[in-house]
Amino acid sequence: MINVNNITFRYGDRVALNGVSFDVSAGEAFALLGPNGSGKTTLFRILSTLLAPQGGHAFIDGLDVFRDRVAVRSRMGVVFQSPSLDIHLTVRENLVHAGHLYGLAGASLSDRVRESLDAVKLTQRANDRVKTLSGGMKRRVELAKCLLHHPRVLILDEPSTGLDPRARDEFWTLLNEARVQRNTTILVTTHLMDEAEDCDRVAIFDRGSLVACDSPTALRHRIGGDCVTVDCADSVALSNEIAKRFADSKCALVNGTVRIESDNAARLASDLLREFGDRVRTLTIGHPTLHDVFIHETGHRFDDDIAEVGK
Amino acid sequence: MNGSEAPQAESRIFVPAYSLARREITRFLRQRGRIIGAVGTPLIFWLLFGGGIGSSFKVEQLGESYLEYSYPGAIASILLFTAIFSMISIIDDRSEGFMQGVLVAPVSRVAIVVGKVAGASVLAVGQAAVFLLLAPVAGLRLGPLEIAATFGAMVLVSVAVCGLGFWMAWRMESTQGFHAVMNVVLMPMLALSGAFFPMSGASMAIVWLMRLNPMTYGVSLIRSALLGKSVDEATGLSAVTGLAVTVGFMLIMVGVSIRAASRETRHALA
Repeated sequence: MINVNNITFRYGDRVALNGVSFDVSAGEAFALLGPNGSGKTTLFRILSTLLAPQGGHAFIDGLDVFRDRVAVRSRMGVVFQSPSLDIHLTVRENLVHAGHLYGLAGASLSDRVRESLDAVKLTQRANDRVKTLSGGMKRRVELAKCLLHHPRVLILDEPSTGLDPRARDEFWTLLNEARVQRNTTILVTTHLMDEAEDCDRVAIFDRGSLVACDSPTALRHRIGGDCVTVDCADSVALSNEIAKRFADSKCALVNGTVRIESDNAARLASDLLREFGDRVRTLTIGHPTLHDVFIHETGHRFDDDIAEVGK
Repeated sequence: MNGSEAPQAESRIFVPAYSLARREITRFLRQRGRIIGAVGTPLIFWLLFGGGIGSSFKVEQLGESYLEYSYPGAIASILLFTAIFSMISIIDDRSEGFMQGVLVAPVSRVAIVVGKVAGASVLAVGQAAVFLLLAPVAGLRLGPLEIAATFGAMVLVSVAVCGLGFWMAWRMESTQGFHAVMNVVLMPMLALSGAFFPMSGASMAIVWLMRLNPMTYGVSLIRSALLGKSVDEATGLSAVTGLAVTVGFMLIMVGVSIRAASRETRHALA
């Protein structure tokens, strides 16, 4: 349903996207996961038809997002990170306006507005001005607005921005209901691990490149087994010693902590404590998370880039 | 990968344009501050200038009061201010607001220009119409013919300045940039339009700038319409000249706006 084929984009000297390719099939929920500045927002703008790629092609439902952009637009719903509602209008007025843009009018538009409001559970607030709604409700109106024309593909840019965990869960529940109902394909950009975790497949971005793309489970399986993280004073020396002592485990220095991947983390942990117990400040055993996968694939922590970009 | 033209066959014009125009008007009516600002500012300036400068200011050959002289200019100011206020919102709207949703909809870029300009023009003419009620204060007696002609002139001028505002706002990346353009381009355009002082008595350079300024012809057209004369004595321009230049200005501004809006972006906005 979505095919991204060797897309490149640069801002002056800075490469934002470096030959990115992947496919998303119909009805799939697909996450673009990456820190700020990893290129996922640039890719989002290309897919949303607002930015022309400088190299490569992207297709939605078999149509080129640049050459056939008008046809692509009518098949796609786009939820932006920053609100695109008019806060001075009521919820209904916003939806009616959006319907007009997608060629809906009259009775069929009224039906669609009713259906959409019902889908996001905001029928009661239809006649309230958008500025009186909570952040979570506003997001739901954005969603309703993008579902009006029954898009085949829904793309969302950081949809959880500014939402508390409960509002985020509610939003995802509604999104998944809508997805199941019409087999809508969903592509979402996010920097939140657990948001990506809930998707069928995740594409991990780092500095303009796609570093991994698979289901969350398969991605986690790329890491031997569990992870042991050791916090200590002399991490460089300790990591060398551990690497020497436990030659079969994968040992890495990550931001002042020693991180070891192992098939049997519990035994490794007790061995470590026996050998180096006096030097260990804290020791954590964890099942691999997408964050561990990110470190495994890129060699640095997820939030490193945020400081670098300096938002 | 060259920017512009791609098939736009399916994209819609009429309903989206109507919807955008209507949104512009609804929004305006719900923001009282804007109503006060758009009519109030020119009204205050007109009365203050009229009272203050008027006594030391002689419009030589005409023998009219300054309030009367500057009345058409005050109307043109209302039209221009409303256009600026309506169009400035485009800048933020496009990178992080309402316009994002419009740009990803299957809507012709022509509809965006037409809808936005039509909506803003209705607001501009509506506010100027309120101001028209003060014509007797300026010592003008308007018959039905003058009123009809004035409305026609106001519509043409407002579509032209809204087109100008759209074109400038669309090319801007920040509202600060727009403020700069406003001070460097729009304000001088108004000042040198004959709205506040006539050509006669100005230095040669200023006279030439005024002659090159399309707003001069708009103000002159409004003045001719208000007075019901075929020649505007303050500038010596005939109503036909004023009409021709204003229509030309309007068509060019709407045209360049459509062209600007149809060009696809190759750089990120946000």
